[in-house]
Amino acid sequence: MKSNSEGLMIDGIVSYIDRDNIDTDQIIPTEYLKSIKKFGYEDYLFDGWRYKDDGKLGVKKEERDINKDFILNNKPFSESKILLTRDNFGCGSSREHAVWALRDFGIKAVIASSFGDIFYNNCFKNGVLPIYLEKNQIEKLFSLVKKEVVELSIDLQKRIIFLKNQDEINFEVDDHLIERIIYGLDDIDITLKEKDKISNFEKNRKITRPWIYANE
Amino acid sequence: MKTLYDKLWEEHHITQLDSGESLLYIDRHYLHEVTSPQAFEGLSKKNLKPWRLEANIATPDHNVPTIRGNDFNSDQIKDEISKIQVVELDKNCNTFGIKQFDIKSTKQGIVHVIGPELGYTLPGMTIVCGDSHTSTHGALGCLAMGIGTSEVEHVLATQCLKVSKLKNMLVKFEGTPAENVSSKDIVLYFIGLIGTAGGTGYAIEFAGSYIEAISIESRMTICNMAIEAGAKVGLIAPDETTINYVREKSFLDKESLEKAEDYWKNLNTDEGASFDNEIIIDISKIKPQVTWGTSPEMVVNYDDEIPTPINVPEDNKKNIELARNYMGIQDESKLSDLVFDKVFIGSCTNSRIEDLRQAAEIVKGKTVADNITEAIVVPGSGMVKEQAEMEGLDEVFKEAGFIWRDPGCSMCLGMNPDQLKPYERCASTSNRNFEGRQGYLGRTHLMSPIMAAYTAINGTVGEPS
Repeated sequence: MKSNSEGLMIDGIVSYIDRDNIDTDQIIPTEYLKSIKKFGYEDYLFDGWRYKDDGKLGVKKEERDINKDFILNNKPFSESKILLTRDNFGCGSSREHAVWALRDFGIKAVIASSFGDIFYNNCFKNGVLPIYLEKNQIEKLFSLVKKEVVELSIDLQKRIIFLKNQDEINFEVDDHLIERIIYGLDDIDITLKEKDKISNFEKNRKITRPWIYANE
Repeated sequence: MKTLYDKLWEEHHITQLDSGESLLYIDRHYLHEVTSPQAFEGLSKKNLKPWRLEANIATPDHNVPTIRGNDFNSDQIKDEISKIQVVELDKNCNTFGIKQFDIKSTKQGIVHVIGPELGYTLPGMTIVCGDSHTSTHGALGCLAMGIGTSEVEHVLATQCLKVSKLKNMLVKFEGTPAENVSSKDIVLYFIGLIGTAGGTGYAIEFAGSYIEAISIESRMTICNMAIEAGAKVGLIAPDETTINYVREKSFLDKESLEKAEDYWKNLNTDEGASFDNEIIIDISKIKPQVTWGTSPEMVVNYDDEIPTPINVPEDNKKNIELARNYMGIQDESKLSDLVFDKVFIGSCTNSRIEDLRQAAEIVKGKTVADNITEAIVVPGSGMVKEQAEMEGLDEVFKEAGFIWRDPGCSMCLGMNPDQLKPYERCASTSNRNFEGRQGYLGRTHLMSPIMAAYTAINGTVGEPS
């Protein structure tokens, strides 16, 4: 398998939001779910916190009342590729738009002490790496980022976060999930290799559980 | 010895991939206008067709206006952007040949309301939908979960979901509820207990004498909110109540139904099966529950003090401060001190006929309080609406000063015109009190239809009397 060389390392400045339970409505409010596109959500990421006005789909950042106190509105954090947060990030709805907004803004990794299940799964389908760390490690990172601008290097293959002071933090993630990011794999292509097994299963199910197919 | 979830998993397990993930066969796939357009586009780009057309059932619900009347069609939606999405669903369903209960249909409604009531949700099925509240269907003994748009495309193309197995949690609700306590209170209490991440990574099976005693509608409210406890799957073993419900709704012929029933009757957790986590809750002491903050876990008894940042662990102080601040809670010490502006009875959590009956019972002969500027009832589907009107519930609500609407998700998430204005405080029977969920800077208090009805009449969260 040929790897996407850009996919092997994530290097960048860490931005942070110090709160628990950031739900998908905060990551992207429902208004922007009206788009039928898969891209173009960067201006709407954390909309309720990033702006002081009520946004509408199609209204650009430049036309909004920007909240200058919000971290992602300030340099160098506006260029950040890594987001640090706390417990249960991405809880709530299944909207993949939440991951699209992070991705379109340029976030390639989110570090948190836990994630919402559906959000976590959606991340890997869009090249965003969610990293679980123990609470004490999250705490340690928070104490660093609150002191100064921190740059991190994340090695996806070795599962190591490198800090500039030579410290290293190991993290865990399933091989099959991270490979999806490294190799940019397409799930449908992989599954359709099992086409015959699916067909046979279905054929058998039509006999054993015919009521499932009653509307056909 | 296996759990119900284990059995459903094995029943639908096609194969394990090299990656360690499994391919799970999907029996039913529900679609709505918000999370499907990009999936259909992806399908077209890859030149693929839906694997099994009839597995798919679609309806528009999130964006639809709830003041429509008869002969309303998608083109009449005033919000241009919402219209595009609903029209896109029409187009996609036509192009691909997917059965849709469109905006004109008398059977249109919230996808999680119409699925079971039209007989498309059957016990033992795997069910997915690009919506986290798909867990609702677990109430009929289904393995049902919300998925993202990439997975919607994957299910359309392959009839499978690529997943890893969840852990098993058993939650037993034992006892008889107090007066004015409904399944919404029970599930809110449970979320308050384990927190919004308490169920992450689990399939939760709800059981116990309380579950056995309640209707399918009440069970749906509980499974619906499993996701608010972090669990993408919530489920309840089929029993006599389930089978009676299905018999009533089903389009199956007698012979198929009988064959199916033989299977459904044995679809439950084996005695002695082990769970990764077990919780038993005595529900007899639970009081009506109302949320005060910006997460469903921020919930208290309706007559309790609102939490303050004093005397709480350091790591929770900030969450409480942020939530109090957003919710505009200053000197008020109790929920009953807060003055409400709006009332919303509806959503996939609480818009079924039983919910409307319970609320109507309370508002009957009374009037909505002066401080309530708008109180709306949004039935979950065309069929719920019709049934309610047949029973005269619409008149009861209207006479009390409520507005009787057409079906849709409505103010649960405000993708249509039903939204809170900044700082408005709403008594809502929906499922999420997240910041801005019901409208920019809006303040949501989750509660049961009974408590929402009392709040409409009192103007505040008062003593149910």
